[in-house]
Amino acid sequence: MELTRRDAAAALAAVGAGGAVAFGVDRLRGDGSDGPDASGQDPPAEARLRETFVAAAEVLYPSEVSGIGGFVEGFLEGRLGRRDHADGIRAAVGALDDRAVSWYGERFAALAVEDRDRLLREIGADTAEEDPEGTTAERVRYYVVNELLLALYASPTGGELVGLENPQGHPGGTESYRRGPK
Amino acid sequence: MSGSAPNGRRPVSGADVCVVGAGPAGALVADRLAAEHEVVVLDAGPRFDPADRLERQERAIRPAYDRPDVWDGDDERDAHSASGDRFYPLNHARVKGIGGSTLHWQGMVMRLHEDDFASGSERGVGPDWPIDYGEVRPYYAAAERELGVAGSDDNPYAPPREEPYPMPAFAPSYSDGLFADACEALEIDMHSVPNARNSERYDGRSACVGYGTCQPVCPAGAKYDATVHIERAESKGATVIDRAPVQRLEHGVDRVRAAVYATPDGTEYRQTAEAFVVACGGVETPRLLLLSDSEHYPDGLANESGLVGRYFMDHLFAGTGGVLEEPTRQNHVGFLTSESHQFYDDADGEIGPFKLEFFNYGGPSPVETALSADTWGEDLLDRLRQDYGTHVGMGALVEQLPREDSYVGLDPDRTDDHGNPVPDVHWTVGDRALRTIERANEVQEAILSELGAEITWQVGPDDTGPAYHHMGTTRMGTDPEESVVDPRLRTHDLGNCWLVTSGAFPTGGAVNPTLTIAALALRAAKDVRTSL
Repeated sequence: MELTRRDAAAALAAVGAGGAVAFGVDRLRGDGSDGPDASGQDPPAEARLRETFVAAAEVLYPSEVSGIGGFVEGFLEGRLGRRDHADGIRAAVGALDDRAVSWYGERFAALAVEDRDRLLREIGADTAEEDPEGTTAERVRYYVVNELLLALYASPTGGELVGLENPQGHPGGTESYRRGPK
Repeated sequence: MSGSAPNGRRPVSGADVCVVGAGPAGALVADRLAAEHEVVVLDAGPRFDPADRLERQERAIRPAYDRPDVWDGDDERDAHSASGDRFYPLNHARVKGIGGSTLHWQGMVMRLHEDDFASGSERGVGPDWPIDYGEVRPYYAAAERELGVAGSDDNPYAPPREEPYPMPAFAPSYSDGLFADACEALEIDMHSVPNARNSERYDGRSACVGYGTCQPVCPAGAKYDATVHIERAESKGATVIDRAPVQRLEHGVDRVRAAVYATPDGTEYRQTAEAFVVACGGVETPRLLLLSDSEHYPDGLANESGLVGRYFMDHLFAGTGGVLEEPTRQNHVGFLTSESHQFYDDADGEIGPFKLEFFNYGGPSPVETALSADTWGEDLLDRLRQDYGTHVGMGALVEQLPREDSYVGLDPDRTDDHGNPVPDVHWTVGDRALRTIERANEVQEAILSELGAEITWQVGPDDTGPAYHHMGTTRMGTDPEESVVDPRLRTHDLGNCWLVTSGAFPTGGAVNPTLTIAALALRAAKDVRTSL
């Protein structure tokens, strides 16, 4: 099942994009925005951010989903428009990359799929309860793992994987609840 | 007036009416009076930005957030106690702010049945209301127009109506059709549900677009909330002051003189007015009266009867659910489309009235399951497919009778962020309600068995919970020794003070109370206008 940018827009409709989507686009294109942020810390390069998210989605999404790159990029563009949320994403991705380099010698996105999966579990992101202000495991769960699972399963394409074309959070109208199974 | 802090939250001079509470009751009264009178509305909570509703929806879906987080609940501001045998989770479903708990509510709006107004006479238990259905009936119709109700006149057990609903009912769901076959075999009638939710564009607001998170937040604005009437009142000239919790009502022997409220910078102001309408719901209204004690009224304001806070009632939930061996198409929308009131009017002294609900959201929501799962990828998808798709569920609302040992009081040992004793919801449930839950469970089991479901869960007498409908605590009546307010919700003790809340209900019936609150608010507004 192919994910598209239209699915990304639908996922954003469920959870909301910030008012500065263009900010996110510029950042993702890596056009000179890799300097220190307002806190004075060096954030991970925005291109790396996208790579990391796509690499994580390749682990988190089932194999019957295709078109992950465009979907994740589109979704992330919108989410980075919410500045506080964007800061949380950057910090969590930074922590994930730090662990990847420390334990596996490479950035997360550069690891084999199996190693990415293993790393996420070794961090504890599989069993952690999401918490935007919690431990590394809880923040990776909130800002990376659940961010991507929310994007997929609140979108119509993700819902259809389960048999629910209008999942909770998606404004899919008032027809589907009346229809029988296909 | 627009903006959240008109004139620095200072009082309005020359006000005719001061409304305390910007939920549906206060909003409707303010709207009815604002064109002809100077109206001020004070609310303890903030004015929420409609643009934030998608973020609130995300909080509703993500496991990091509890229900009170969705609408910025504050543990100190909203502190409460529960000294009864049953814990009462007061903050689970209430919102402080402009719009009140209608921001969170499910939006089900039925009229009480005719016998609900005469429980003592018709069922042999509890008091009669001092008014009958016929007296409230035109106000019900007006309330349906104000809120915008989608419904159909297909409920053979509902009280008589004089005109169609403002909007057509939402069509039955696919799973309603599955239930219908089972109910037909058991000779149980199903019918539509009146929803305060737009089935088509209404009053400038969107039709429902199916976000599926009605409770606790509707991002589309298709579900009615009281910001509708607050904004309308403001357009007529009313002043609305948010984040202005009223600390006490200053009063003489027979009149309220001022509402003393606090502001975020710590300043206290006095809002004077000719008339005061307290519309803070069935918990905060008695609390404010009890906090307003004085030398003349040492037991609290409007409490010469000693009944302020007494007779606290809620509706109790009874539920049963299970799984079928076929798809049931749940969780597309967050509202109900079918109910049955067939057993409602069988009520007597032994068994109370109850209504049956057929869920459209039985079983887990896949996205919520995904966010709490301990796996991902193929394993997660397999689990979601296994968990989703074949669930069915039924609910019921059950009446509880008023009891003196069920009450809202003050907890002297615990204070809120302004140093005021917090409300203590001492909730006690009698045997009749527990028997009624058992009866509702029996009917639910019969329907699900006929449907061929494997029953996997049940909420019965031992683990029932409240529906967050706070009733009875400022009882309506004609005898000042037996009630707090008169049939038009004016206090017996103070000639310029109305208590417009479900606290006025002498009995609760078994339907969701907000339409009755709205009808009584419109009726009270007329009385306030006459008095000015």
